[in-house]
Amino acid sequence: MSLLIERSGALANLHDSGRVGVRHLGVTQGGGADWIAQNWANWLLGNSLNAAVIEITLGSLELLVERDACLALCGADLGAQLDEQNIKPWRSFNVRRGQRLRFNNPLQGVRAYLAAPGGFSAPLVLGSCSSVRRDQLGGLHGDGQPLSNADRLSWNATQAPSPRELAASQIPQRPENSNLPVILGAQIADFSGQSLFDAFNSTWTVDQRADRMGVRLLGPALRCERQQMVSEGVPLGAIQVPSDGQPIVLLNDRQTIGGYPRLGALTPAAVAHLAQCLPGTELQFRPMALAEAQRQHRLLLAQWT
Amino acid sequence: MKLAIEVVAIDTLMLRLFDQIEESNMPWLLAAAERLRDVFADKLLELVPSYTTLLVQYDLTQLDDQQARELIKQALTDLSPQAATAGREQQIPVWYDTSVGPELAAIGSRSGLGVAGVIDCHSQHVYQVFALGFAPGFAFMGLVDEIIASPRLSTPRQQVPAGSLGIADRQTAIYPLQSPGGWNLIGRSPTRLFDRELDGYSLLQPGDRVRFVAVDRAEFVRLGGDDTPFEVKP
Repeated sequence: MSLLIERSGALANLHDSGRVGVRHLGVTQGGGADWIAQNWANWLLGNSLNAAVIEITLGSLELLVERDACLALCGADLGAQLDEQNIKPWRSFNVRRGQRLRFNNPLQGVRAYLAAPGGFSAPLVLGSCSSVRRDQLGGLHGDGQPLSNADRLSWNATQAPSPRELAASQIPQRPENSNLPVILGAQIADFSGQSLFDAFNSTWTVDQRADRMGVRLLGPALRCERQQMVSEGVPLGAIQVPSDGQPIVLLNDRQTIGGYPRLGALTPAAVAHLAQCLPGTELQFRPMALAEAQRQHRLLLAQWT
Repeated sequence: MKLAIEVVAIDTLMLRLFDQIEESNMPWLLAAAERLRDVFADKLLELVPSYTTLLVQYDLTQLDDQQARELIKQALTDLSPQAATAGREQQIPVWYDTSVGPELAAIGSRSGLGVAGVIDCHSQHVYQVFALGFAPGFAFMGLVDEIIASPRLSTPRQQVPAGSLGIADRQTAIYPLQSPGGWNLIGRSPTRLFDRELDGYSLLQPGDRVRFVAVDRAEFVRLGGDDTPFEVKP
Protein backbone atom coordinates (compact mmCIF):
# COMPACT_ATOMS: atom_id res chain seq x y z
CA MET A 1 0.00 0.00 0.00
CA SER A 2 1.12 3.49 -0.67
CA LEU A 3 -0.80 6.42 0.82
CA LEU A 4 -3.01 6.18 3.91
CA ILE A 5 -5.60 8.89 4.54
CA GLU A 6 -5.28 9.88 8.18
CA ARG A 7 -7.56 12.93 7.99
CA SER A 8 -9.91 13.29 5.06
CA GLY A 9 -10.36 17.05 5.16
CA ALA A 10 -13.05 19.20 3.56
CA LEU A 11 -13.38 17.19 0.36
CA ALA A 12 -10.95 14.96 -1.48
CA ASN A 13 -12.02 12.94 -4.50
CA LEU A 14 -10.45 10.73 -7.13
CA HIS A 15 -10.83 12.06 -10.66
CA ASP A 16 -9.65 11.08 -14.09
CA SER A 17 -10.94 13.06 -17.06
CA GLY A 18 -14.53 11.99 -16.41
CA ARG A 19 -17.29 9.95 -18.04
CA VAL A 20 -17.62 10.31 -21.80
CA GLY A 21 -20.45 9.10 -24.01
CA VAL A 22 -22.95 8.54 -21.17
CA ARG A 23 -24.59 11.96 -20.81
CA HIS A 24 -27.71 10.71 -22.62
CA LEU A 25 -28.27 8.31 -19.69
CA GLY A 26 -28.44 11.17 -17.21
CA VAL A 27 -24.91 10.43 -16.02
CA THR A 28 -22.82 13.41 -14.89
CA GLN A 29 -19.54 14.28 -16.63
CA GLY A 30 -17.28 14.37 -13.55
CA GLY A 31 -13.53 14.85 -13.97
CA GLY A 32 -11.25 17.36 -12.27
CA ALA A 33 -12.79 20.84 -12.22
CA ASP A 34 -9.44 22.54 -12.92
CA TRP A 35 -8.61 20.15 -15.73
CA ILE A 36 -5.54 22.21 -16.72
CA ALA A 37 -3.84 21.76 -13.33
CA GLN A 38 -4.88 18.10 -13.37
CA ASN A 39 -3.24 17.62 -16.79
CA TRP A 40 -0.01 19.25 -15.63
CA ALA A 41 0.14 17.03 -12.53
CA ASN A 42 -0.11 13.94 -14.72
CA TRP A 43 2.28 15.39 -17.29
CA LEU A 44 5.00 15.95 -14.66
CA LEU A 45 5.00 12.21 -13.94
CA GLY A 46 4.76 11.12 -17.56
CA ASN A 47 1.24 9.76 -16.96
CA SER A 48 -1.64 9.51 -19.37
CA LEU A 49 -3.73 12.68 -19.03
CA ASN A 50 -6.65 10.43 -18.10
CA ALA A 51 -4.78 8.94 -15.10
CA ALA A 52 -6.60 9.27 -11.77
CA VAL A 53 -5.47 12.05 -9.44
CA ILE A 54 -6.74 13.30 -6.07
CA GLU A 55 -8.66 16.58 -6.27
CA ILE A 56 -8.16 18.23 -2.88
CA THR A 57 -10.66 20.97 -2.11
CA LEU A 58 -9.60 23.68 0.37
CA GLY A 59 -7.25 21.43 2.39
CA SER A 60 -7.32 19.90 5.91
CA LEU A 61 -6.13 16.62 4.38
CA GLU A 62 -3.42 14.47 5.94
CA LEU A 63 -1.76 11.49 4.28
CA LEU A 64 0.79 8.99 5.58
CA VAL A 65 3.30 7.82 2.98
CA GLU A 66 3.71 4.06 3.10
CA ARG A 67 5.99 3.63 0.09
CA ASP A 68 8.77 5.74 -1.43
CA ALA A 69 7.66 7.47 -4.60
CA CYS A 70 7.70 10.60 -6.72
CA LEU A 71 4.37 12.50 -6.59
CA ALA A 72 3.25 15.67 -8.39
CA LEU A 73 1.23 18.62 -7.11
CA CYS A 74 -0.47 21.27 -9.28
CA GLY A 75 -3.27 23.80 -8.94
CA ALA A 76 -4.14 25.62 -5.73
CA ASP A 77 -1.55 26.38 -3.05
CA LEU A 78 -3.19 24.76 -0.03
CA GLY A 79 -0.17 25.24 2.24
CA ALA A 80 1.10 21.71 1.59
CA GLN A 81 3.85 20.35 3.84
CA LEU A 82 5.85 17.15 3.67
CA ASP A 83 6.66 16.74 7.35
CA GLU A 84 8.05 20.25 8.05
CA GLN A 85 9.02 21.10 4.48
CA ASN A 86 6.74 23.39 2.44
CA ILE A 87 5.68 22.00 -0.95
CA LYS A 88 4.63 24.58 -3.51
CA PRO A 89 2.45 23.46 -6.44
CA TRP A 90 3.50 22.98 -10.09
CA ARG A 91 6.25 20.44 -9.33
CA SER A 92 6.93 16.78 -8.65
CA PHE A 93 8.76 15.74 -5.48
CA ASN A 94 10.04 12.63 -3.74
CA VAL A 95 8.28 11.23 -0.69
CA ARG A 96 9.68 8.57 1.63
CA ARG A 97 7.94 5.91 3.63
CA GLY A 98 6.88 7.25 7.03
CA GLN A 99 6.61 10.89 5.96
CA ARG A 100 3.35 12.80 6.30
CA LEU A 101 1.90 14.99 3.57
CA ARG A 102 -0.48 17.65 4.88
CA PHE A 103 -2.69 20.15 3.10
CA ASN A 104 -3.49 22.94 5.52
CA ASN A 105 -5.65 25.74 4.13
CA PRO A 106 -5.96 27.72 0.91
CA LEU A 107 -3.26 30.34 0.37
CA GLN A 108 -4.16 30.73 -3.30
CA GLY A 109 -6.91 28.93 -5.22
CA VAL A 110 -9.40 26.25 -4.18
CA ARG A 111 -8.43 22.87 -5.65
CA ALA A 112 -5.07 21.10 -5.65
CA TYR A 113 -4.29 18.04 -7.75
CA LEU A 114 -2.02 15.29 -6.43
CA ALA A 115 -0.79 12.75 -8.97
CA ALA A 116 1.08 9.47 -8.49
CA PRO A 117 3.09 7.33 -10.94
CA GLY A 118 0.76 5.78 -13.50
CA GLY A 119 -2.28 7.24 -11.71
CA PHE A 120 -4.06 6.10 -8.54
CA SER A 121 -5.74 2.70 -8.73
CA ALA A 122 -9.53 2.69 -8.63
CA PRO A 123 -12.27 0.66 -10.31
CA LEU A 124 -13.67 2.04 -13.54
CA VAL A 125 -17.42 2.64 -13.39
CA LEU A 126 -18.96 3.50 -16.77
CA GLY A 127 -15.45 3.98 -18.11
CA SER A 128 -14.16 6.31 -15.40
CA CYS A 129 -13.13 6.32 -11.75
CA SER A 130 -14.28 9.93 -11.24
CA SER A 131 -16.14 10.19 -7.97
CA VAL A 132 -19.62 11.75 -8.20
CA ARG A 133 -21.49 11.37 -4.94
CA ARG A 134 -24.86 12.45 -6.32
CA ASP A 135 -24.72 9.73 -9.01
CA GLN A 136 -23.27 7.17 -6.57
CA LEU A 137 -20.61 6.39 -9.16
CA GLY A 138 -16.81 6.23 -9.06
CA GLY A 139 -14.19 6.81 -6.40
CA LEU A 140 -12.05 4.32 -4.53
CA HIS A 141 -14.94 1.95 -3.85
CA GLY A 142 -17.00 2.69 -6.97
CA ASP A 143 -19.96 4.13 -5.02
CA GLY A 144 -19.22 7.83 -5.49
CA GLN A 145 -18.17 8.49 -1.91
CA PRO A 146 -15.31 10.95 -1.38
CA LEU A 147 -12.06 9.74 0.15
CA SER A 148 -12.36 9.16 3.88
CA ASN A 149 -10.25 8.32 6.89
CA ALA A 150 -8.39 5.00 6.67
CA ASP A 151 -8.79 4.77 2.89
CA ARG A 152 -5.58 3.45 1.32
CA LEU A 153 -4.51 4.50 -2.16
CA SER A 154 -2.06 2.69 -4.35
CA TRP A 155 -0.83 3.56 -7.82
CA ASN A 156 -0.31 1.83 -11.10
CA ALA A 157 3.39 2.30 -11.94
CA THR A 158 6.70 2.00 -10.10
CA GLN A 159 8.76 4.37 -12.23
CA ALA A 160 8.40 8.10 -12.74
CA PRO A 161 10.65 10.87 -14.07
CA SER A 162 12.88 12.57 -11.47
CA PRO A 163 11.42 15.52 -9.54
CA ARG A 164 11.03 18.62 -11.69
CA GLU A 165 9.06 21.85 -11.82
CA LEU A 166 7.09 23.51 -14.55
CA ALA A 167 8.69 26.44 -16.35
CA ALA A 168 7.12 29.77 -15.48
CA SER A 169 5.67 29.91 -19.01
CA GLN A 170 3.81 26.62 -18.43
CA ILE A 171 2.07 27.65 -15.22
CA PRO A 172 -1.46 28.85 -16.09
CA GLN A 173 -1.74 32.61 -15.87
CA ARG A 174 -4.79 34.24 -14.38
CA PRO A 175 -6.83 35.96 -17.09
CA GLU A 176 -6.17 39.68 -17.16
CA ASN A 177 -8.51 41.44 -14.72
CA SER A 178 -10.12 38.02 -14.20
CA ASN A 179 -11.87 38.47 -17.51
CA LEU A 180 -13.49 35.17 -18.39
CA PRO A 181 -14.05 34.44 -22.11
CA VAL A 182 -17.62 33.43 -23.00
CA ILE A 183 -18.91 31.78 -26.18
CA LEU A 184 -22.20 33.58 -26.76
CA GLY A 185 -25.16 31.45 -27.66
CA ALA A 186 -28.11 29.40 -26.44
CA GLN A 187 -30.91 31.78 -25.30
CA ILE A 188 -28.81 34.97 -25.33
CA ALA A 189 -31.20 36.63 -27.80
CA ASP A 190 -34.01 36.38 -25.23
CA PHE A 191 -32.28 38.60 -22.66
CA SER A 192 -33.14 42.28 -22.49
CA GLY A 193 -30.68 44.78 -23.96
CA GLN A 194 -30.01 46.22 -20.51
CA SER A 195 -29.27 42.71 -19.17
CA LEU A 196 -26.85 42.02 -22.01
CA PHE A 197 -25.07 45.29 -21.23
CA ASP A 198 -24.99 44.40 -17.53
CA ALA A 199 -23.77 40.86 -18.18
CA PHE A 200 -20.61 42.05 -19.92
CA ASN A 201 -20.00 45.37 -18.16
CA SER A 202 -20.50 44.46 -14.52
CA THR A 203 -18.29 42.93 -11.91
CA TRP A 204 -19.53 39.52 -10.74
CA THR A 205 -18.71 38.20 -7.30
CA VAL A 206 -18.30 34.48 -6.57
CA ASP A 207 -20.94 33.48 -4.00
CA GLN A 208 -20.55 31.06 -1.08
CA ARG A 209 -22.84 28.70 -2.99
CA ALA A 210 -20.14 27.23 -5.19
CA ASP A 211 -19.39 23.55 -5.62
CA ARG A 212 -18.59 21.06 -8.37
CA MET A 213 -22.13 21.36 -9.79
CA GLY A 214 -21.98 25.09 -10.29
CA VAL A 215 -20.74 28.47 -9.13
CA ARG A 216 -23.30 31.13 -8.35
CA LEU A 217 -22.33 34.72 -9.14
CA LEU A 218 -23.72 37.85 -7.51
CA GLY A 219 -24.30 41.10 -9.38
CA PRO A 220 -27.08 43.00 -11.16
CA ALA A 221 -30.22 40.93 -11.79
CA LEU A 222 -30.37 39.73 -15.41
CA ARG A 223 -33.78 39.49 -17.04
CA CYS A 224 -34.73 36.99 -19.71
CA GLU A 225 -37.91 37.61 -21.68
CA ARG A 226 -38.45 33.90 -22.10
CA GLN A 227 -40.40 32.65 -19.11
CA GLN A 228 -40.79 29.00 -19.96
CA MET A 229 -38.28 26.80 -21.64
CA VAL A 230 -38.27 23.12 -22.57
CA SER A 231 -35.39 21.36 -20.81
CA GLU A 232 -32.39 20.62 -23.01
CA GLY A 233 -28.84 19.30 -22.68
CA VAL A 234 -26.44 21.68 -20.92
CA PRO A 235 -22.74 21.92 -21.75
CA LEU A 236 -19.76 22.47 -19.44
CA GLY A 237 -19.36 26.11 -18.45
CA ALA A 238 -22.95 27.05 -19.36
CA ILE A 239 -24.04 30.34 -17.78
CA GLN A 240 -27.62 29.73 -16.74
CA VAL A 241 -29.83 32.46 -15.35
CA PRO A 242 -32.67 31.37 -13.03
CA SER A 243 -35.58 33.66 -12.28
CA ASP A 244 -33.70 35.57 -9.53
CA GLY A 245 -31.41 36.88 -12.28
CA GLN A 246 -28.17 35.74 -10.63
CA PRO A 247 -26.12 33.59 -13.02
CA ILE A 248 -24.85 30.13 -12.19
CA VAL A 249 -21.90 28.76 -14.15
CA LEU A 250 -22.26 25.00 -14.48
CA LEU A 251 -19.20 22.85 -13.80
CA ASN A 252 -18.31 19.17 -14.13
CA ASP A 253 -20.96 17.73 -11.79
CA ARG A 254 -23.87 19.67 -13.33
CA GLN A 255 -27.10 17.92 -14.20
CA THR A 256 -27.19 16.69 -17.77
CA ILE A 257 -30.29 18.64 -18.87
CA GLY A 258 -31.79 21.85 -17.59
CA GLY A 259 -34.53 24.36 -18.25
CA TYR A 260 -33.05 27.75 -17.36
CA PRO A 261 -32.13 30.23 -20.11
CA ARG A 262 -28.43 30.61 -20.78
CA LEU A 263 -26.16 33.38 -22.07
CA GLY A 264 -23.70 30.91 -23.56
CA ALA A 265 -20.80 29.06 -21.99
CA LEU A 266 -17.34 29.83 -20.63
CA THR A 267 -14.40 28.42 -22.55
CA PRO A 268 -12.90 25.29 -20.94
CA ALA A 269 -9.86 27.31 -19.83
CA ALA A 270 -12.17 29.82 -18.14
CA VAL A 271 -13.99 26.96 -16.39
CA ALA A 272 -10.65 25.76 -15.00
CA HIS A 273 -9.90 29.27 -13.77
CA LEU A 274 -13.33 29.71 -12.18
CA ALA A 275 -12.91 26.40 -10.33
CA GLN A 276 -9.99 28.04 -8.47
CA CYS A 277 -11.89 31.17 -7.37
CA LEU A 278 -12.76 31.47 -3.69
CA PRO A 279 -16.06 33.10 -2.65
CA GLY A 280 -15.68 36.87 -2.85
CA THR A 281 -13.49 36.77 -5.97
CA GLU A 282 -14.50 39.42 -8.52
CA LEU A 283 -14.81 38.45 -12.18
CA GLN A 284 -15.94 39.83 -15.51
CA PHE A 285 -17.32 38.17 -18.62
CA ARG A 286 -15.88 38.92 -22.06
CA PRO A 287 -17.35 37.63 -25.33
CA MET A 288 -14.96 35.62 -27.49
CA ALA A 289 -15.47 34.60 -31.12
CA LEU A 290 -15.92 30.86 -31.53
CA ALA A 291 -13.11 30.39 -34.07
CA GLU A 292 -10.64 32.24 -31.85
CA ALA A 293 -11.70 30.24 -28.79
CA GLN A 294 -11.25 26.97 -30.67
CA ARG A 295 -7.82 28.08 -31.91
CA GLN A 296 -6.69 28.97 -28.38
CA HIS A 297 -8.08 25.72 -26.99
CA ARG A 298 -6.19 23.61 -29.52
CA LEU A 299 -2.97 25.50 -28.64
CA LEU A 300 -3.62 24.76 -24.97
CA LEU A 301 -4.10 21.05 -25.67
CA ALA A 302 -0.92 20.96 -27.78
CA GLN A 303 1.16 21.67 -24.65
CA TRP A 304 0.64 18.12 -23.42
CA THR A 305 1.19 16.23 -26.64
CA MET B 1 -39.47 18.67 -38.20
CA LYS B 2 -37.37 21.79 -38.69
CA LEU B 3 -33.65 22.21 -38.17
CA ALA B 4 -32.04 25.13 -36.40
CA ILE B 5 -28.42 24.73 -35.34
CA GLU B 6 -27.14 26.97 -32.55
CA VAL B 7 -23.78 27.29 -30.86
CA VAL B 8 -24.07 26.61 -27.12
CA ALA B 9 -20.41 26.08 -26.14
CA ILE B 10 -16.93 25.91 -27.64
CA ASP B 11 -17.45 22.35 -28.92
CA THR B 12 -21.22 21.96 -28.64
CA LEU B 13 -24.12 22.61 -31.00
CA MET B 14 -27.81 22.47 -30.15
CA LEU B 15 -30.10 21.07 -32.81
CA ARG B 16 -33.62 22.43 -32.40
CA LEU B 17 -36.00 20.14 -34.23
CA PHE B 18 -39.37 21.04 -32.69
CA ASP B 19 -41.03 23.91 -30.81
CA GLN B 20 -43.48 21.96 -28.66
CA ILE B 21 -43.36 18.81 -26.55
CA GLU B 22 -45.24 16.15 -28.53
CA GLU B 23 -45.14 12.38 -28.32
CA SER B 24 -44.79 12.36 -32.11
CA ASN B 25 -41.36 14.11 -31.82
CA MET B 26 -39.66 11.04 -30.47
CA PRO B 27 -39.38 8.86 -33.60
CA TRP B 28 -37.75 11.80 -35.42
CA LEU B 29 -35.37 12.56 -32.57
CA LEU B 30 -34.34 8.91 -32.33
CA ALA B 31 -33.81 8.59 -36.05
CA ALA B 32 -31.74 11.78 -36.06
CA ALA B 33 -29.68 10.59 -33.08
CA GLU B 34 -28.90 7.29 -34.77
CA ARG B 35 -27.81 8.95 -38.01
CA LEU B 36 -25.68 11.50 -36.15
CA ARG B 37 -23.89 8.72 -34.24
CA ASP B 38 -23.12 6.97 -37.53
CA VAL B 39 -21.95 10.07 -39.38
CA PHE B 40 -19.84 11.57 -36.55
CA ALA B 41 -18.46 8.18 -35.42
CA ASP B 42 -15.41 8.79 -33.17
CA LYS B 43 -15.68 12.56 -33.61
CA LEU B 44 -18.77 12.59 -31.37
CA LEU B 45 -18.26 12.98 -27.62
CA GLU B 46 -21.86 13.34 -26.41
CA LEU B 47 -25.32 13.29 -27.94
CA VAL B 48 -28.08 14.22 -25.52
CA PRO B 49 -31.70 13.99 -26.72
CA SER B 50 -34.34 15.96 -24.85
CA TYR B 51 -38.00 16.59 -25.79
CA THR B 52 -37.40 18.91 -28.77
CA THR B 53 -33.60 19.09 -29.09
CA LEU B 54 -30.40 17.14 -29.60
CA LEU B 55 -27.21 18.39 -28.00
CA VAL B 56 -24.13 17.44 -30.04
CA GLN B 57 -20.68 17.73 -28.46
CA TYR B 58 -17.93 17.02 -30.98
CA ASP B 59 -14.20 16.47 -30.64
CA LEU B 60 -12.70 19.80 -31.56
CA THR B 61 -9.29 18.27 -32.06
CA GLN B 62 -10.86 16.57 -35.10
CA LEU B 63 -13.52 19.04 -36.27
CA ASP B 64 -14.21 22.76 -36.36
CA ASP B 65 -17.62 24.40 -36.18
CA GLN B 66 -18.14 24.44 -39.96
CA GLN B 67 -17.18 20.78 -40.41
CA ALA B 68 -19.49 19.78 -37.54
CA ARG B 69 -22.39 21.66 -39.16
CA GLU B 70 -21.74 19.94 -42.46
CA LEU B 71 -21.80 16.52 -40.80
CA ILE B 72 -25.08 17.42 -39.11
CA LYS B 73 -26.67 18.44 -42.40
CA GLN B 74 -25.35 15.28 -44.04
CA ALA B 75 -26.79 13.15 -41.21
CA LEU B 76 -30.21 14.75 -41.31
CA THR B 77 -30.75 14.77 -45.07
CA ASP B 78 -33.69 12.59 -46.15
CA LEU B 79 -34.36 11.56 -42.58
CA SER B 80 -37.39 9.39 -41.95
CA PRO B 81 -38.80 8.72 -38.51
CA GLN B 82 -38.13 5.43 -36.82
CA ALA B 83 -41.19 3.34 -36.32
CA ALA B 84 -40.54 -0.35 -35.77
CA THR B 85 -37.15 0.02 -34.13
CA ALA B 86 -37.97 3.05 -32.02
CA GLY B 87 -38.36 2.35 -28.38
CA ARG B 88 -39.43 -0.76 -26.54
CA GLU B 89 -42.62 -1.24 -24.60
CA GLN B 90 -41.87 -1.62 -20.90
CA GLN B 91 -44.13 -2.58 -18.01
CA ILE B 92 -43.12 -1.29 -14.61
CA PRO B 93 -44.78 -2.49 -11.40
CA VAL B 94 -45.82 0.22 -8.94
CA TRP B 95 -47.28 -0.02 -5.48
CA TYR B 96 -49.57 3.03 -5.45
CA ASP B 97 -50.19 3.72 -1.78
CA THR B 98 -50.50 6.74 0.48
CA SER B 99 -47.81 5.35 2.82
CA VAL B 100 -45.17 5.63 0.09
CA GLY B 101 -46.92 8.30 -2.00
CA PRO B 102 -47.51 11.29 0.28
CA GLU B 103 -49.29 13.32 -2.44
CA LEU B 104 -51.60 10.52 -3.64
CA ALA B 105 -54.50 11.49 -1.37
CA ALA B 106 -54.24 15.21 -2.15
CA ILE B 107 -54.25 14.62 -5.91
CA GLY B 108 -57.23 12.32 -5.39
CA SER B 109 -59.27 14.96 -3.64
CA ARG B 110 -58.18 17.88 -5.84
CA SER B 111 -59.06 15.98 -9.03
CA GLY B 112 -62.25 14.57 -7.55
CA LEU B 113 -61.13 11.11 -8.67
CA GLY B 114 -60.24 9.80 -5.22
CA VAL B 115 -57.20 7.62 -4.60
CA ALA B 116 -58.51 4.69 -6.67
CA GLY B 117 -59.37 7.03 -9.54
CA VAL B 118 -55.90 8.56 -9.59
CA ILE B 119 -54.34 5.08 -9.68
CA ASP B 120 -56.59 4.07 -12.59
CA CYS B 121 -55.91 7.29 -14.43
CA HIS B 122 -52.13 7.07 -14.00
CA SER B 123 -51.78 3.36 -14.77
CA GLN B 124 -54.07 3.20 -17.80
CA HIS B 125 -52.00 5.47 -20.01
CA VAL B 126 -48.96 4.43 -22.05
CA TYR B 127 -46.22 7.02 -21.52
CA GLN B 128 -43.36 8.00 -23.74
CA VAL B 129 -39.81 8.51 -22.43
CA PHE B 130 -38.82 12.00 -23.61
CA ALA B 131 -35.40 12.35 -22.03
CA LEU B 132 -33.04 11.02 -19.39
CA GLY B 133 -31.55 13.51 -16.98
CA PHE B 134 -31.45 14.85 -13.42
CA ALA B 135 -29.86 11.59 -12.22
CA PRO B 136 -28.54 8.40 -13.86
CA GLY B 137 -31.53 6.56 -15.33
CA PHE B 138 -34.08 9.25 -14.35
CA ALA B 139 -36.55 9.09 -17.28
CA PHE B 140 -38.87 12.03 -17.95
CA MET B 141 -42.13 10.49 -19.18
CA GLY B 142 -45.42 11.92 -20.31
CA LEU B 143 -47.90 13.09 -20.76
CA VAL B 144 -50.09 12.40 -17.74
CA ASP B 145 -53.78 13.26 -17.96
CA GLU B 146 -54.39 16.94 -17.23
CA ILE B 147 -56.82 16.05 -14.46
CA ILE B 148 -53.98 14.60 -12.29
CA ALA B 149 -51.24 16.98 -13.49
CA SER B 150 -49.68 18.69 -10.44
CA PRO B 151 -47.13 21.49 -10.11
CA ARG B 152 -43.82 20.72 -8.40
CA LEU B 153 -43.71 21.16 -4.62
CA SER B 154 -42.80 24.73 -3.71
CA THR B 155 -39.97 23.42 -1.52
CA PRO B 156 -38.17 20.33 -2.83
CA ARG B 157 -37.64 17.50 -0.35
CA GLN B 158 -34.12 16.81 0.90
CA GLN B 159 -34.54 13.06 0.48
CA VAL B 160 -36.83 11.14 -1.83
CA PRO B 161 -36.47 7.34 -1.47
CA ALA B 162 -35.22 5.32 -4.44
CA GLY B 163 -38.10 3.90 -6.49
CA SER B 164 -40.49 6.76 -5.71
CA LEU B 165 -42.94 7.53 -8.53
CA GLY B 166 -43.73 11.19 -8.99
CA ILE B 167 -45.71 13.66 -11.06
CA ALA B 168 -44.56 17.16 -12.06
CA ASP B 169 -47.00 19.08 -14.25
CA ARG B 170 -47.85 16.60 -17.01
CA GLN B 171 -44.69 14.55 -16.58
CA THR B 172 -44.09 11.45 -14.53
CA ALA B 173 -40.87 9.72 -13.43
CA ILE B 174 -39.34 7.29 -10.98
CA TYR B 175 -36.36 8.35 -8.85
CA PRO B 176 -33.71 5.67 -9.56
CA LEU B 177 -31.60 6.67 -6.55
CA GLN B 178 -32.35 8.31 -3.24
CA SER B 179 -31.97 12.00 -4.00
CA PRO B 180 -33.46 15.43 -3.31
CA GLY B 181 -36.58 16.12 -5.35
CA GLY B 182 -39.71 18.23 -5.73
CA TRP B 183 -42.12 15.94 -7.59
CA ASN B 184 -45.51 14.86 -6.17
CA LEU B 185 -45.07 11.28 -4.95
CA ILE B 186 -47.88 8.79 -5.57
CA GLY B 187 -46.26 5.37 -5.21
CA ARG B 188 -43.10 3.30 -5.32
CA SER B 189 -41.63 0.81 -7.78
CA PRO B 190 -39.42 -2.17 -6.90
CA THR B 191 -37.74 -2.07 -10.34
CA ARG B 192 -34.07 -1.11 -10.55
CA LEU B 193 -33.84 1.58 -13.19
CA PHE B 194 -30.11 2.15 -13.29
CA ASP B 195 -27.64 -0.63 -12.85
CA ARG B 196 -24.11 -0.83 -14.15
CA GLU B 197 -24.71 -4.57 -14.75
CA LEU B 198 -27.64 -3.71 -17.01
CA ASP B 199 -27.07 -3.70 -20.75
CA GLY B 200 -27.15 0.01 -21.64
CA TYR B 201 -27.03 0.81 -17.88
CA SER B 202 -30.47 2.43 -17.87
CA LEU B 203 -33.62 0.31 -18.10
CA LEU B 204 -35.50 3.14 -19.78
CA GLN B 205 -34.22 4.88 -22.91
CA PRO B 206 -35.61 7.85 -24.83
CA GLY B 207 -38.44 6.70 -27.09
CA ASP B 208 -39.44 3.76 -24.89
CA ARG B 209 -43.15 3.40 -24.13
CA VAL B 210 -43.98 2.67 -20.52
CA ARG B 211 -47.07 1.29 -18.80
CA PHE B 212 -47.24 1.24 -15.01
CA VAL B 213 -48.84 -1.85 -13.53
CA ALA B 214 -50.47 -1.45 -10.12
CA VAL B 215 -49.36 -4.16 -7.66
CA ASP B 216 -50.27 -4.69 -4.01
CA ARG B 217 -47.90 -4.45 -1.10
CA ALA B 218 -47.15 -8.19 -0.96
CA GLU B 219 -46.24 -8.30 -4.65
CA PHE B 220 -44.18 -5.10 -4.31
CA VAL B 221 -42.18 -6.65 -1.46
CA ARG B 222 -41.86 -9.97 -3.29
CA LEU B 223 -40.31 -8.07 -6.22
CA GLY B 224 -37.72 -6.59 -3.89
CA GLY B 225 -39.39 -3.27 -3.01
CA ASP B 226 -38.69 -1.48 0.27
CA ASP B 227 -42.06 -0.77 1.94
CA THR B 228 -40.69 1.58 4.60
CA PRO B 229 -43.36 4.31 4.84
CA PHE B 230 -42.46 7.75 3.60
CA GLU B 231 -42.04 10.11 6.52
CA VAL B 232 -43.69 13.44 5.92
CA LYS B 233 -41.62 15.91 7.87
CA PRO B 234 -43.55 18.82 9.36
